[in-house]
Amino acid sequence: MIKLLVDNWSAFISGFGWTVLSSLLALFFSLIIGSLFAILEVMPSKVARVIGNVYVEVFRNIPLLVITMFFYLVIPLYVVKINGFTAGTIGLTIYTSAFIAETVRSGINSVDDGQMEAARAQGMTFWQAMKNVVLPQAFKLVIPPLGNQFINLVKNSSVLAFVAGFDLMYQGNAIASTTFETVNTYVVVGLFYLVITLPISYYMQHLERKLA
Amino acid sequence: MQNWIDAYSWINIRFLLQGLGITILISVISVVLSFIFGSILGIIRYAKIPYFSKIIGFIIDVIRNLPLLLIIFFTYFGLPAFGFKPDTIPAAILAMTVFESMMIAEIIRSGILAVDVGQMEASRAMGMKMGQAMWHVVLPQAYKKMIPALVSQFISLIKDTSLATIIVVPELMQHGQVVYGQNPNYIIPVFVAMAIMYFVVCYALSLLSKVIDRRMA
Repeated sequence: MIKLLVDNWSAFISGFGWTVLSSLLALFFSLIIGSLFAILEVMPSKVARVIGNVYVEVFRNIPLLVITMFFYLVIPLYVVKINGFTAGTIGLTIYTSAFIAETVRSGINSVDDGQMEAARAQGMTFWQAMKNVVLPQAFKLVIPPLGNQFINLVKNSSVLAFVAGFDLMYQGNAIASTTFETVNTYVVVGLFYLVITLPISYYMQHLERKLA
Repeated sequence: MQNWIDAYSWINIRFLLQGLGITILISVISVVLSFIFGSILGIIRYAKIPYFSKIIGFIIDVIRNLPLLLIIFFTYFGLPAFGFKPDTIPAAILAMTVFESMMIAEIIRSGILAVDVGQMEASRAMGMKMGQAMWHVVLPQAYKKMIPALVSQFISLIKDTSLATIIVVPELMQHGQVVYGQNPNYIIPVFVAMAIMYFVVCYALSLLSKVIDRRMA
């Protein structure tokens, strides 16, 4: 197994790098998009709430693979040529943003209503009150579930392998099919994923226990 | 427009629905098996048996933190090295069961932890054995609390069966690929049809979970 790791070191590391990059990009954009839709879901306007709700329910209930393959196949056909990495990261972002929206919304809901009312009574607009008063408190509450979403995101980034996204899973398959050392390759790939996910998972369990 | 009409011919739709049938079949078998194994593993982890619970707990954490896709690959391409070569559908069910059992084990454990300790203590004080108290008093309350988490795990499982398309399991996603493989003009109509099918099944389940949750509360 060590020989396999040494022989294919650069392939594993480049796959690992693309997996991390894709996960971080998707995390960044899905935090922004997810928070926006979470705010839409709690806005006074009914139209905004419906839009937020539809987005969240639609993308939460469709497999990530369907979303990713759609972008991989359809965008190049009608809009612009993109590679598997880009298509995969877009798919990951949209899928994850729906889950983050749901998480952030539950955080906003658990902030006392009085906070928003008091801020509005002070003369703040809805957006000012949201940004300066409610969201900072909401985010503190949802850090552990957001951490779990990030773990899911890293694991889900393996769908990039379906669209030739250069990621860890994709490199692993390439190595497995050239060396025929299937078991060892998949064990090494698994260890690389665990390097990211296991520490975050233990840290989040620790945080949850501390906050509880 | 003609593309959509052609793509939605009865033959294609029937083929997609057959795929959906396999998707549901794999999901239901896997969820039943995972519920059984997950309950056992979750209770073992909760019971804090010296060494044994720690080892089981570590295995649960490791498998939970791996991508399901990797487990599917390992089951289908790795296990033959150990002299066991499952067919595609059993391989998918095996991989899903291994992964989901660990997810459900965690849900069960936190569900048991959420039941007041006094319940267990009171049952023990009444003269029940640990197993009896668990079975008759603690678990029924724990399962009630876990219903939303268990249903959302089941929804993830249904969505995740689409990954099994990589080992050519004839489920919905794979059948979709066969249909749009005939003609690139079918891609959008087929994706819309697949998305609707997955959505209807998953959304119906999430509504059901909300109804159950409200009735229990």
